[in-house]
Amino acid sequence: CRSLAARLGPVCLDAASFSHRRLSFGPQFVYTPESADKSLGETSRMNLFQAVTSALDNTLANDPSAVVFGEDVAFGGVFRCTVGLKDKYGKDRVFNTPLSEQGIVGFAIGHAVAGATTVAEIQFGDYIFPAFDQIANEASKYRYRSGNHFNCGSLTVRAPIGAVGHGALYHSQSPEGFFAHLPGIKVVIPRGPIQAKGLLLACINDPDPCFYFEPKILYRSAVEDVPVNGYVLPIGKAEVLIEGSDVTLIGYGTQVHVLREVARLAQSELGVSCELIDMRTILPFDEETVYASVCKTGRCLIAHEAPLTGGFGAELAASVQEHCFLNLEAPVRRVTGHDTPFPHIFENFYLPNQRRCLAAIKDLIGY
Amino acid sequence: MPLSSSAIRANLLLLRGGCGLFVSSRLASSAMLSTRPYKLHKLESGPASEAQVTSDEARKYYRDMATVRRMETAAGNLYKEKAIRGFCHLYSGQEACCVGMEAVLDRNDPVITAYRAHGWTYTRGVPVKAVLSELTGRASGCAKGKGGSMHMYNHNFYGGNGIVGAQVPLGAGIAFAQKYREDKRVCVTLYGDGAANQGQVFEAFNMAKLWDLPCIFVCENNKYGMGTAVERAAASTAYYTRGDYIPGLWVDAMDVITVREATRFAKDWCLSGKGPILLEMETYRYHGHSMSDPGTSYRTREEVQSMRQMRDPIASFRQTLLTAELVAEEELKEIDQSVRKEVDEAVQAAKTNAVPDPKELYTNVYSQPPSGQPNYRIRGIDQFTWSAN
Repeated sequence: CRSLAARLGPVCLDAASFSHRRLSFGPQFVYTPESADKSLGETSRMNLFQAVTSALDNTLANDPSAVVFGEDVAFGGVFRCTVGLKDKYGKDRVFNTPLSEQGIVGFAIGHAVAGATTVAEIQFGDYIFPAFDQIANEASKYRYRSGNHFNCGSLTVRAPIGAVGHGALYHSQSPEGFFAHLPGIKVVIPRGPIQAKGLLLACINDPDPCFYFEPKILYRSAVEDVPVNGYVLPIGKAEVLIEGSDVTLIGYGTQVHVLREVARLAQSELGVSCELIDMRTILPFDEETVYASVCKTGRCLIAHEAPLTGGFGAELAASVQEHCFLNLEAPVRRVTGHDTPFPHIFENFYLPNQRRCLAAIKDLIGY
Repeated sequence: MPLSSSAIRANLLLLRGGCGLFVSSRLASSAMLSTRPYKLHKLESGPASEAQVTSDEARKYYRDMATVRRMETAAGNLYKEKAIRGFCHLYSGQEACCVGMEAVLDRNDPVITAYRAHGWTYTRGVPVKAVLSELTGRASGCAKGKGGSMHMYNHNFYGGNGIVGAQVPLGAGIAFAQKYREDKRVCVTLYGDGAANQGQVFEAFNMAKLWDLPCIFVCENNKYGMGTAVERAAASTAYYTRGDYIPGLWVDAMDVITVREATRFAKDWCLSGKGPILLEMETYRYHGHSMSDPGTSYRTREEVQSMRQMRDPIASFRQTLLTAELVAEEELKEIDQSVRKEVDEAVQAAKTNAVPDPKELYTNVYSQPPSGQPNYRIRGIDQFTWSAN
C-alpha cells in the first residue's frame, strides 16, 4: 500500500522545478453529486449556476413584488446565474445597475424596507466592501433600531466567493468572517446545486436580510438532478454528511468537498473515522449539531479558505472548546488560509488542502 | 489628420514617383501638427490647436505606442497558451492616451490608474520584460510576481488597482502630498467610464476642489464598462462635465498629439494653483474587457473593425508622420522590427525566468516582524510551506 508521504506528495519543495501553472491549482476536490428528496418531484440536470437561476425563476414567477438586479445581470450575468430571466420577466424586474456597490446595496435595502422582495447581486464577493457600511449599519440594525417598526427582511444579497486556482487577490476572497460579526443578518453558503436552490429560496423567503455566498468554483463543476419546483432547506441548520467516531471535520462551501476526500484518506491511510459537517449557515450557526458531534468524537478540525486570525473558524473553535471542553481529547484545530492577502502565486500552498488537513488529523489523533 | 500649410507645401515639393528612394536629409526635423478639437467645461479657453512635434519626439511616440501594442498582443497570446492565468485586461487601442500624456509628464509626476494598466506600466518606465514576467508570475516581474496583471508598480507609479474606482481617492491623497511638500508636480489619477459612477470618485472630486489639489483626473472612456455601453450605465455620459465644479476637457484620445496638448494644458492649469482639472479621454479598446470576454456580445465586429481601420492611433500617427515627412517609412519599419525583437525576447524571459521563492507567499504582509517578537511567524502557515525554504 502506498505510504502516507507518497500520498501526500513531496514535503520539500524545489521552487525551480515548479512551473507557474502547477503553483496555482486552486481547491483540489472531486464533486460528489447528491440526490434530492423524491417528494420534491420532477428534477432536471443542473449545475450550481443553473440551480441559482431556477431559484430566481421560481421567485419571480410566484412573487409579483420580486426584482433581481446587479451589474450585468440582464444579459445573464458574468457567471450565467440570471440567464433568460430578463426575457421572461421583463426589464422592469430584472435589470442592470451601474458599477456602484454601495449604491446597489443601499438601494436594495431601501427597496426591501418598502416591502418588495429584493435580490441584489454583487458581482464578486471581493467587491462587496464599499457596501459594508450599508450592510453593517443599515441592513443589520433596521429591525432592532426601529423597535420592529421597519425591517429589510425581504432583502437577499448574492455574491460569488472563494478560490478558483487563478483568481489572485481580488477574485478569490472568502469574506464570510466579516459578516459573521453582524448580528441581525443571516449568512448562508451552499455546497452544491440541490443545496444552492433550496437555501437560496429559503434566504429569499426569510424574514431577515440574508447574505448568500456562492462558491464560484462550483458553478460549473457541481452538477446534480435538481427539483424544478420551488423548495426550501432550513437556514441555521448544519448537516452531517458522513457519520464517524474519531474526528469531527467542519467546513462549508467548496471546503466540504475537500474534506470529503480528507475523510476518505483518513480512513484508508490512518484508519481514522471522520464525521463530516457542512455548516451551510454561518450566521446564525447550528450550535447543537456541532457540539453534539464534537462531544461524541472528542476531536475537532475546522477548515476554511479565509485567513486564520478572526476567521469564522475562530468563532467555532472558541464555542466548541467552551461547550465540549470535558469531551475534548485534543485542542480544536483550524486549517485555513494564511494570514496574508490571497496570493497571486503559490495558491496551492495557501489553501487548506488535503495534505494540510490530513497532517492536522494526524496531530489530533496523536495528541 | 489635417496638416498645417507648411507641411503640405513640404509634401508637394518632395513628390516623387516610382520606388521612392528617400533621402533622409529631405525629412523635416519638426512639423506643426494639428490637434483634434476639444470640448470645454467651465473653461474659457482650451489647449493649442496645433503643436510643434520634432522628429525625435515623433519617433519616440511611435515607438512607445508600437511597443505597448505589441506587448499587449503578446500578453494576449501568453494568456491563450495559459502561461498567464487569472485576469488580463489589454490596453490595445488606447495607446495614444498613455503615450500622449507621458510626453508632457515627467517621472516625478505620480500616476495612478485602474486595472487596464500594462500600457501605463510600460510608459512609467517598467521594461516589457518586467511587465510580461509579472503577468506570468515570475520573480523578475515588477511586483516580484506577487501582484499580477492588475498590480504593477514603479517609482511614482502607484499601480495597477483591481477594485474599480478605489484608486481615485488615493490619487487625490497623492496630489495632496505633492502640494504639502510644495513639489511642483501633478498627480494623474485615471479611471474608466464604469468607475465614473462610483461614489468615492465624487468624494475625491470634492476634496480635490475644496483643497485646490494639483490633481489631473482622467476618465479613459472606452465606451464600455465591461459589457455595458456607457448610455446604459450613466445618466450623463459627458464625463468631462461630471466633475461639475471642476473644469473639464473632452479629448479625442485616438490621436497622440491631441492627448499631449491636452495634458500640457492640464499640467499648466494645476501647477498654476487653479486646483484640479478633469480630462475625458475618449478612446476605444479592441479586445474585450478581459481575456475572458470576447468583446463581441455587446458590440458588433463591424464596430471594432471600423475603429481599427479608421481611427487606430498608431496607424493614423504613422500616416501623419509620413505625410509630414517627419520620419521615413524605412525608419518606422526599423522601429517596428526592433519592437518586435524586444517583445519576443521579453516573452521568452516571461516563459522561462525563475518563479519567486516560496517565502514570497508570506513576506511583505507587514514592513517587518513586530518588535519584541523575534520568533514571529505569519499565522496559519504550517510545516509544508516552511519546509519549502
